[in-house]
Amino acid sequence: MITTEKNKKLNKISELNLKFYKKLYLIRRCEEKIIAHYSEDQMKTPMHMSMGAEAIAVGICQALESGDQVFGTYRSHALFLAKTEDTDDFFAEMYGKKTASLKGKGGSMHLCSPDYGFMGTSAIVASMIPVAVGCAFENKRANNGRLVVVFFGDGAVEEGVFWESLNLACLMKLPVLFVCEDNGLAVHTLKFQRRGYNSITDVVSNFNCLVYEEKTTDVQVIYQLTRRAIEQIKTRPMPCFLQLQYFRYLEHVGVNQDFDTGYRSKDEFEQWLKVDPIGLQRRKLKDLGWEEDEIAELETDIDAKINSSIAAAKEACFSGISELYKGVFA
Amino acid sequence: MRKISYCQALNEAMAQEMERDPAVFVYGIGVPDHKRVFGTTNSLVERFGTERCFDTPLSEDAMTGFGLGAAINGARPIHIHIRVDFLLLAMNQLTNMVSVYRYMSGGKLKVPLVIRAVVGRGWGQGCQHSKSMFSTFAHIPGLKVVMPTTPADAKGLLISAIRDDNPVVFIEHRWLYWQKGEVPEEPFTIPIGQTNILREGADITVVATSWMNTEAIMASKILAKRNVSVEIVDPRTIAPLDDEPIIQSVNKTGHCIVAENDWVYCGLGAELAAVVSEKCFGNLKSPVARIGFAHTPCPTARHLENEFYPNAVAIIRTVEKKLGLSQTDLDGEDFYSHENRFKGPF
Repeated sequence: MITTEKNKKLNKISELNLKFYKKLYLIRRCEEKIIAHYSEDQMKTPMHMSMGAEAIAVGICQALESGDQVFGTYRSHALFLAKTEDTDDFFAEMYGKKTASLKGKGGSMHLCSPDYGFMGTSAIVASMIPVAVGCAFENKRANNGRLVVVFFGDGAVEEGVFWESLNLACLMKLPVLFVCEDNGLAVHTLKFQRRGYNSITDVVSNFNCLVYEEKTTDVQVIYQLTRRAIEQIKTRPMPCFLQLQYFRYLEHVGVNQDFDTGYRSKDEFEQWLKVDPIGLQRRKLKDLGWEEDEIAELETDIDAKINSSIAAAKEACFSGISELYKGVFA
Repeated sequence: MRKISYCQALNEAMAQEMERDPAVFVYGIGVPDHKRVFGTTNSLVERFGTERCFDTPLSEDAMTGFGLGAAINGARPIHIHIRVDFLLLAMNQLTNMVSVYRYMSGGKLKVPLVIRAVVGRGWGQGCQHSKSMFSTFAHIPGLKVVMPTTPADAKGLLISAIRDDNPVVFIEHRWLYWQKGEVPEEPFTIPIGQTNILREGADITVVATSWMNTEAIMASKILAKRNVSVEIVDPRTIAPLDDEPIIQSVNKTGHCIVAENDWVYCGLGAELAAVVSEKCFGNLKSPVARIGFAHTPCPTARHLENEFYPNAVAIIRTVEKKLGLSQTDLDGEDFYSHENRFKGPF
C-alpha cells in the first residue's frame, strides 16, 4: 500500500503519472492473460489485440470528461479498459457469459458499454466514423459540451466513408476528435501498397479542421496533445484529426507474434520495444521517486483484480438460449 | 372529412411531429431546396429552421451513419432519399450498423431513425431510378419496413415510424403522391405491423403492395362487372408482417395472388406463398400466383418499361386463369395512364 506520508508528497504530476501507469499496466496484463488463457478455447471470439497501442487509449481517455463519448473498432481492448476499467465486464464478455452487459453477443470485436460513454465498436473498417459524427451533431444541438472521440486505424482512411464523415464534421463544425491509430498495416498490407499519396495529415490539412500528428509511446505526450486538441475543438470550434503512430506487436487477429511470416521485420519491433509504453511509464514512475516494491505492490493489486475477474467470468453461467432473440427491437 | 393528397399527408405528419417533439429533425439531399422532395418537405425549413431541416453533402453512407449516431444519442432523425436507389449507397450502414446497433449494445441503446425512400417510376426513369427493394430491406433483422398506399396510411404510419424506437425504412411510391383521400387533421397513428383489408371480396384474394393496390382496385372494379368479387389485402408494413388477415382471407377465398411492386424472385410473394401454403394448405383451390417486375433491370423506352411493370391487366388475366374464366374484353376500359397525368422529368 502507498503510505499516507507518501501520498502527501505526491504532487499532481506524480498522481497523474500513477494513474497512467495503472491503466497501462491493467490493459497490458489483461491482454497477457488473454494470451495465457486463449488456448483453453473458452474465449471463443477472434482477438484483435491492442498490444503496443496502449498509450494512445490511456492518454486520450485521461484527457476526457466523464460524459464524453468514445467509439472504437474491432481492436478496442485498450480503449474499452481505458474508458471503463471494468475488467469484470470485459472478461465476462470474452467468455460469453450472461454476467456481461452484452451477454456474449459482442465478444472481443464488438465491445460496448454506453453507461461509461463507450458507445460501441465496429468490425467493418471506418463504419463507426459517421456514427460518431452524428452523435457529435446531437451533442452540439443539445449544447451539452460533450466531446465525441472516434478511433480508427490508418486503413480506414482508404474508405470513402471516412472522407464523407470528415467533410461533414468540418462542414458542420462538430465537436469530434478523429483519432487515427496508425500502425502502417491494413491486416498484412503495408502502407506503401495502399497509399497513392505521401502523408495522410497533408491531405486532411486541406479540410477545415485541426490536424496534429505524433509518433510516441509516451502516454503523457499523448495526454497533453489531446488536452490541447480538445481546448481548440471547443474554442474554435472545429473538429480535430489526430494521427498517432504505433507498432502493432502481434498478428492482425490472434494472440501470437508473426514476424516469421515475412511481411514485416522483427528489427523494427525491437526498436519500438525499447520504448514500450508500459516500460517507459514504469521507468518514469521510478524517476519520480517511486520505489520498486511500491510499484510491484500496485501491480500485484491489479493482477489480483484481473485474476478475480477471470475467475468470475469462468464460473459464471451462459445466458439462456432465449437471449438470442432479445434486443433486436426496442 | 377533408381530403388531402398522399404528398400533403407526409408533409403534415412530419410538421406535426416536429412541432410535438424537438428531438425530430429531417435531412437529406435536396430536402430544403426549392423542389422540397416533391413537396413533402414544404414549409419545414421556414417553420423549424436549418438546424432541424437541412441539406447534406452527397454522402448517403455517412449520412445514414450520422442519423444512427444522432438516434442513439437522443434524436429522432428522418433521413430522406428522393430515390430508394440512392439508399443502396448506404447498404453498409443499414445492414451492418443501423439494423444491429441495438442488439450489439445489449439492448441499451435505441435507434429511432426513419429513412424515407421514394420509388420512382415512369417517363424513362431507367434502371437506377425505379427500384423498390422492399423485400431486400425486409430480409434484414432489426429493420422495420413500411410502405403505405393511401394518404391516411401515409400520415398515420409516418407518425408511428417517427415515434417508433427502432429503425424504420419508409417506402413511398412516387405515383401515389397525387392520390387524394380522407385524412384526419389531428395527429394520429396507424400501428406498424397491421394489415389492412382495402376491399372486401369473396372469390379471390389479391395481396398487393404500394402502387399495386391501385392496380388491384382497377382490376377489381372491372372484374366486378362479371360478378367476380376480389378481396384486396394491403399488408402496409412488410416487416413486421401481420399475416393473420392474409391467412383469414385466403382461407375464405381459396385463391391467392401476390401483386408486388418489386422483383418477384426471392421476394415478398415467395414469403407469402410459404405462409399461405403452411397456414391455408387444406383450403387452397389453386397455387399462389405471383405478379411483379420482370426479372430484368428497368429499361427506359416506354414500350419496354410498360412490359417491365405489372399492372391491372396482369391481375385480371391471373384472376381469370385461377377462376377458369374466359378473358374479359378490356377494350374501352380506362386504365391508369401515367401519360395522362404527367409529362416531363421528375
